[in-house]
Amino acid sequence: MIKAILIFNNHGKPRLSKFYEHYSEDTEQQIIRETFHLVSKRDENVCNFLEGGMLIGGSENKLIYRHYATLYFVFCVDSSESELGILDLIQVFVETLDKCFENVCELDLIFHVDKVHNILAEMVMGGMVLETNMNEIITQVDAQNKMEKSEVRL
Amino acid sequence: MPAPIRLRELIRTIRTARTQAEEREMIQKECAAIRSSFREEDNTYRCRNVAKLLYMHMLGYPAHFGQLECLKLIASQKFTDKRIGYLGAMLLLDERQDVHLLMTNCIKNDLNHSTQYVQGLALCTLGCMGSSEMCRDLAGEVEKLLKTSNSYLRKKAALCAVHVIRKVPELMEMFLPATKNLLSEKNHGVLHTSVVLLTEMCERSPDMLLHFRKLVPQLVRILKNLIMSGYSPEHDVSGISDPFLQVRILRLLRILGRSDDDSSEAMNDILAQVATNTETSKNVGNAILYETVLTIMDIKSESGLRVLAINILGRFLLNNDKNIRYVALTSLLKTVQTDHNAVQRHRSTIVDCLKDLDVSIKRRAMELSFALVNGNNIRGMMKELLYFLDSCDPEFKADCASGVFLAAEKYAPSKRWHIDTIMRVLTTAGSYVRDDSVPNLIQLITNSVEMHAYTVQRLYKALLDDISQQPLVQVSSWCIGEYGDLLVSGQCEEEEPIQDEVLDVLEGLLVSNLSTPVTRGYSLTAIMKLSTRFSSINRIKKVVSIYGSSIDVELQQRAVEYNALFKKYDHMRFNLHVLYDLVSLLFQANDLLDLLGGNDVVPVIQTTLPTKPASAGGELLDLLGDLSLSGRTTVNGLKIEFTFERANPNPNIAVITIHATNTTEADMTEFVFQAAVPKVITLGMSLSHRAPATPVAGRAQCALTKVARYSVSSGTLVRLASGLDVRCVKKQCGWLGCVSEDA
Repeated sequence: MIKAILIFNNHGKPRLSKFYEHYSEDTEQQIIRETFHLVSKRDENVCNFLEGGMLIGGSENKLIYRHYATLYFVFCVDSSESELGILDLIQVFVETLDKCFENVCELDLIFHVDKVHNILAEMVMGGMVLETNMNEIITQVDAQNKMEKSEVRL
Repeated sequence: MPAPIRLRELIRTIRTARTQAEEREMIQKECAAIRSSFREEDNTYRCRNVAKLLYMHMLGYPAHFGQLECLKLIASQKFTDKRIGYLGAMLLLDERQDVHLLMTNCIKNDLNHSTQYVQGLALCTLGCMGSSEMCRDLAGEVEKLLKTSNSYLRKKAALCAVHVIRKVPELMEMFLPATKNLLSEKNHGVLHTSVVLLTEMCERSPDMLLHFRKLVPQLVRILKNLIMSGYSPEHDVSGISDPFLQVRILRLLRILGRSDDDSSEAMNDILAQVATNTETSKNVGNAILYETVLTIMDIKSESGLRVLAINILGRFLLNNDKNIRYVALTSLLKTVQTDHNAVQRHRSTIVDCLKDLDVSIKRRAMELSFALVNGNNIRGMMKELLYFLDSCDPEFKADCASGVFLAAEKYAPSKRWHIDTIMRVLTTAGSYVRDDSVPNLIQLITNSVEMHAYTVQRLYKALLDDISQQPLVQVSSWCIGEYGDLLVSGQCEEEEPIQDEVLDVLEGLLVSNLSTPVTRGYSLTAIMKLSTRFSSINRIKKVVSIYGSSIDVELQQRAVEYNALFKKYDHMRFNLHVLYDLVSLLFQANDLLDLLGGNDVVPVIQTTLPTKPASAGGELLDLLGDLSLSGRTTVNGLKIEFTFERANPNPNIAVITIHATNTTEADMTEFVFQAAVPKVITLGMSLSHRAPATPVAGRAQCALTKVARYSVSSGTLVRLASGLDVRCVKKQCGWLGCVSEDA
């Protein structure tokens, strides 16, 4: 099960935070800070797996992260997920974002955080992987966006 | 009221803030505007306001006042509203707020909505944050949707069902009929989530597991199709057909095949096929291979397959990609218990990983290396591990040091090697060694009688070089105190120090800033002990009297007592060849209680009691001293045995029984046993069967038992000093015993 999905930039500012287990608001912020602290210390050429920080379950959980330009994508998972599989999932997520936003950059995530949530909702649900096919995800997201647009016109 | 600003505007505004305070101010202003807008019950702009609220929530500002608004949005007819409303519910609400139950009805309606996307939203929200009550109410709807032909809804319903089962395990039965033809779906999304659902059900209930075992052939077929199907553009990731689904199926097969021969049999072929055919140039291929290896190791596979799996892991270890090396090490660690020999073949690669730069990999490699140490490879492995200990980060040193000690204890090829290894650890990582290892080491050194001279020589040398590592210093000073005579007597091969030099070193320890109080205690005791071995008594007397006024209470007490020895009992001092050595009697109370596991099992420790010249004062049958955990000693004909038992009603009470046997011809009288303990334990002594003054006849097996009851709470350090005072008919002896309080 995926416990949390976090996206933050090189300075630790959160760009997306989705928790699939319940934590209080304060704890959530602390987790983001702690995760940033752990992940930013890492060198460029080390492996992408870390033990979880104290707040998010310690050594029971793993942090699997990928660093793209100015953003860190961090998935906090427990032992039932395959580490290499999650790495691939992050890749699929980023590629999907890229397709949806046309050469996605940090600004896109900043100004359209709700859209990012919608895309994520088509991929991961309740902490479990829902859909991994990029085209399928994009089709569904597009259809829902079209529905929204048609309502506005009305 | 002017129209509330759009989300985009808000974000832009916030980004212009230059300080945290400025940002906070902007946010508070906007929150106030949002609050008044909510109060106006404005339907048009509610969606916009909640979106802004969610953004502020992400930045860390309180947003709970928006919870009810989310509910209103969910109840709206517009898709846009519902979308934001459900997102808000997932981010802001949870089981602990009573508000969330109000959603139940909305979700129920939306689950039956005509638009599939609305149904999807409802399923998503229920599957993310549905509480047990909600799940109970809505499980029926979810089950209905699990049987629909709409693949979009079906896959969502499957994951929602997983959540329902997690929250309310009793409802698992309800979903069973719907799972009948889940696997015959063509849509990969549905297949994927179905496998997840089946996995969850099998993990939770052994009955379900049995029931689903019959699906193994179907799963094998699906997997086969995936591998053999050739290029299929919709599911392709880097040239492999739907790796995510393959990994999921492999995991389910693992669960189904565990401890079941038939299923494992059915899977053997496909596993071998996947293992040999998968391309390993990309990460996806490796992910599949990794999962395959884990599955092979977990089910009852044939040995050829297992060897194949371990070889794959060995190949992973040589891969350039750090991630692959990491997962390989992790899995090898899991399998080293069961397939020890196969993993041994890759030992050299694993040891190479100790030199990797990556901290995560180093840790795994270290754990695995310790697991692989055995009698055959101990020398080579220890060399590598000691080298690692030298160069690794401080966070590893403590674990590595303990690992080295354990391994050395189990597999040491010779005593000399053992002691050398310990010395090496103490000198390189001395300050990271755990506190309880000092007494263990002292015990070890005591046991290897023939190595005393060598050991004390080497320890002395090490002390000359470096006095900052406390465990090393403590062990060294104890040894010098104990075997100082061997040190200066020329028994060692190299140039021996003279007495004054040795005393210089020990005094240096006493005054050095680097020494902790415990260390100072050790060195003072050592100096005192040397008074019976060395000839420079005056110097020692001086040192001891100086510390009689030391600020440190423990040192002061010891010094005063030692001083008393010089003044009042000088004639006996020679016979106190080993002064009560409190340190060597240090043991953890819970270790003691562990010893008392069954019967009075006594680990016998050799106590060294070198003979001393008898002075005119007579022989002191003093058994103070090296009575480690237990003792069985014979001194001048009096054999003493200590045995330990755990009291029956109250396991916190240790019963120490002392059997004394008179093996000489002469009678012994006035046998007095006294014991002293620190305040933390209470001592109750019961009288022996014989009154103290009764003479013990010669050659009699004395049933004299002193039972000392110590009540200890586990975890406290117990120090025991005991003394026996026995008078022989012909000779007069005295007794001296002292107590030192445990801090």
